[in-house]
Amino acid sequence: MKYEAVIGLEVHAQMLTDAKIFCGCSTKFGSEPNTQTCPVCIGMPGVLPVLNKKALEFAIKTGLSMNCNISQYSRFARKNYFYPDLPKGYQISQYELPICEKGYIEIIVEGEVKKIGITRIHIEEDAGKNIHGEDGNYSFVDLNRAGVPLMEIVSEPDIRSPREAVEFMKKLRTILRYLGVSDGNMEQGSLRCDANVSVRPIGQKEYGTRTEVKNINSFRFVEKALDYEIKRQIKVLEEGRKIIQETRLWDSDKGITESMRGKEEAHDYRYFPEPDLVPIMVDQRWIDEIRKSLPELPDIKRKRFVSECSLPDYDADFLTSERQLADWFEEAVKLGGQPKIVANWILGDLLRLLNEENKSIEESPLKPKQLVGMLRLIENGTISGKIAKTVFSEMYKTGRDAEIIVKEKGLLQISDKGEIDILIDEVIAKHPKEVERFKSGEEKLLGFFVGQVMKLTKGKANPQMVNEILKKKLSH
Amino acid sequence: MKISREEIEHIALLSRLYLSEEEKELYGSQLSRILDYMEKLNELDTKDVEPTSHVLPLCNVMRDDILRPSIPKENALANAPDHTDKFYRVPKIIE
Repeated sequence: MKYEAVIGLEVHAQMLTDAKIFCGCSTKFGSEPNTQTCPVCIGMPGVLPVLNKKALEFAIKTGLSMNCNISQYSRFARKNYFYPDLPKGYQISQYELPICEKGYIEIIVEGEVKKIGITRIHIEEDAGKNIHGEDGNYSFVDLNRAGVPLMEIVSEPDIRSPREAVEFMKKLRTILRYLGVSDGNMEQGSLRCDANVSVRPIGQKEYGTRTEVKNINSFRFVEKALDYEIKRQIKVLEEGRKIIQETRLWDSDKGITESMRGKEEAHDYRYFPEPDLVPIMVDQRWIDEIRKSLPELPDIKRKRFVSECSLPDYDADFLTSERQLADWFEEAVKLGGQPKIVANWILGDLLRLLNEENKSIEESPLKPKQLVGMLRLIENGTISGKIAKTVFSEMYKTGRDAEIIVKEKGLLQISDKGEIDILIDEVIAKHPKEVERFKSGEEKLLGFFVGQVMKLTKGKANPQMVNEILKKKLSH
Repeated sequence: MKISREEIEHIALLSRLYLSEEEKELYGSQLSRILDYMEKLNELDTKDVEPTSHVLPLCNVMRDDILRPSIPKENALANAPDHTDKFYRVPKIIE
């Protein structure tokens, strides 16, 4: 039997506020343990939490950019459970009245645009961090993270493969980063993903029994963990057994998901409205104001790059995956670069050089103006396309302009007919056998002669002129 | 409405309360009486009444995203039954 997977994702994103969600402690990552806490975030009796306005704005921004309805009336709820990283014994979250509902985002899978529904986005506080030390009898708790603002973004079960899940996560991350509401760093835990997974025979309408897979903390693991879980469920069904609805932990070392036994009882969270926080009312004027502050979003940018710059979908998609990359591209085009040529240089040489040093586009020593300067030198024949590669790496290495590099290194293109004549004569004289073969019809040898001339000039000869003159001379 | 013994035990577990047999009996009957009272309230027709989650006529109490000093870690840790010089120390968490 053929099966298909049905996947819904729950994504937690840490918001990039300076202060925590309900108090004034810093959200800075990596500080000394337990130095960023106060009576509010460590749950001392008698304190009152007060909502950080920016966290709410960030959530509304995110909702708008994912085509959600923004709730006019929203409130917080207590989610009750005991765990050492949760000092109050409850997490302040949202339950029946989340701030955003019913949206979607678009992903591209195998060249096709697919909409994935967003069920809801709500605001909540993060828990602290448990550390399991050498000492076998104890665990250790750092509460710096307790109270850091989170958004939980829940998708509809619209995802049908691990590949789509990865594309969804990537698009989500791209949008969050465009908005500047989260850094989207999965490795550092500021973007975390749980997945609800089930399988069903193709054609069946009802969903199968699902499991929840937790602890997926890199893009690579999203695909691997889901792949494993889908195969496991199919195997269970084919052996005639039943899927148990349960929570499973992804173990990246073993590459498997494992059942978390005995947690069922703890899933009784007894939500109730949070009495310490008053409700949130969001009026249309505020929503419109926030909507106006949104940057151009990746999907719209991608479509514009295709229609205005005639870029292929692939190039446009890649260039818009990071706002700064798109900005770099646009600046170069604004300065007069041909869009497709600029895209080629970015997607080829520039990203390769940046990746070698693990640098982001903002850290590029080479600026759009310099690329365009070099493209002009190619256009007006000052340098050949081949030499441009050398000039480009040199610009990257030194941060200097192409013109100066060309002058200093003597990389000017040789476009002087007399000079090229002499070089070609030299090459022809050196290879009488090849000349014979060419004349008897082996025309592909032209490339060999061009190569020889290029070698002689270290790539500086004007390739078009070399081609023409060679053809003329060899046909005599 | 009588609460079953299983329900009492479940609620006690969720609340991390260890109840003696007598306490289970006592709290069971008290909780049953509370639920009975709720039942009585349920007799009221409230279909046109907004549910109340707050009694104060307030909304949108917020603060700006501005840092305020945290407390020294020594003070924070001092409230815990057990700690090291950097961390709260708890019985080993088994995942």
